[in-house]
Amino acid sequence: MNATVVMMLVLAVGTYAFRLVGPVLHGRVEIPARVQELTSAGAVVLLVALLATGALTEGGGFAGWARPAGVLVGGLLAWRKAPFVVVVVGAAAATAALRAAGVA
Amino acid sequence: MRSVQRTSDDMSLVRDSSLVWLACGVVGVSFGAVSVAGGLPVWVPVVMSLVVYAGSAQFSAVGVLLAGGGPVAAAATGLLLNTRTAAFSLAVAEIIGTGRAARFLGAHLVTDETVAFALAQSDPVRRRRAFWISGLGLFAVWNFGVAAGALAGSALGDTVRYGLDAAFPAVLVALVLPQVRADGAVRRCAVLGAVIALVATPAVPAGVPVLLALAGLFLHRREPVEVTA
Repeated sequence: MNATVVMMLVLAVGTYAFRLVGPVLHGRVEIPARVQELTSAGAVVLLVALLATGALTEGGGFAGWARPAGVLVGGLLAWRKAPFVVVVVGAAAATAALRAAGVA
Repeated sequence: MRSVQRTSDDMSLVRDSSLVWLACGVVGVSFGAVSVAGGLPVWVPVVMSLVVYAGSAQFSAVGVLLAGGGPVAAAATGLLLNTRTAAFSLAVAEIIGTGRAARFLGAHLVTDETVAFALAQSDPVRRRRAFWISGLGLFAVWNFGVAAGALAGSALGDTVRYGLDAAFPAVLVALVLPQVRADGAVRRCAVLGAVIALVATPAVPAGVPVLLALAGLFLHRREPVEVTA
């Protein structure tokens, strides 16, 4: 087997193992209420961190103004309880428009 | 009437997740195209997407590989990025279901997008349906997109032009906003976590900042003891 295939297999098996942690533990070990509370809060914390780093950074540096501005437009639309489609399309369209106008 | 209700519920879940599918499908096309343009054979991105099934980790692994970093560094980077799926799988374990097949199949479908989509639903039945509908759809669209991109090459050109890189953070904003609004304790943790992740980003390898954000849970105080027992 060549090295690329081994790399893919290691990545696939490792990733699947991470993903199995929850489903395998569930129902086997009694998970204390406090830990359950923290895992569900932890999921939201991870998602917010992903959204913050995804909106503002690219390859370890600042992602430029167009992307965070577009995400901000999406955030304002979501705050005003706009439908999901409007939030997502609005964010992408705002970013695309800013880029077309020359804003990086 | 019940089944009519359920069908319209499912339709709204499909409608909302189809946007996520569309955005991820285009990213999949670019993953396939980038991999093949970089010199990998067509089957590599295709098989990788089926068995690894994790967008950011795939991009990083292929990036490291194409940059000459070697397979060990590529696998390590991808695994580091996917460590968070362990935390996500704990959060959705109950939602996935308890049957053996559901657990083993559902585990493979645990992604940022699907977890966010499921957790954003209000009741347990809807959460489960949201997980499976968004998860199976995303798996299909992602793999189809990657295969199409690998075969077609870089026909789409620079996808940054379409502003799609803003779509995923916006999806997350829309999905987490209700929970962040409703729960002050979660809000404090999330804000601290996001600040930690942003400050750490320039200094640590990709994947680590988001894990460090979990330190924000430090602000999650123990709820007062309930007297219902």
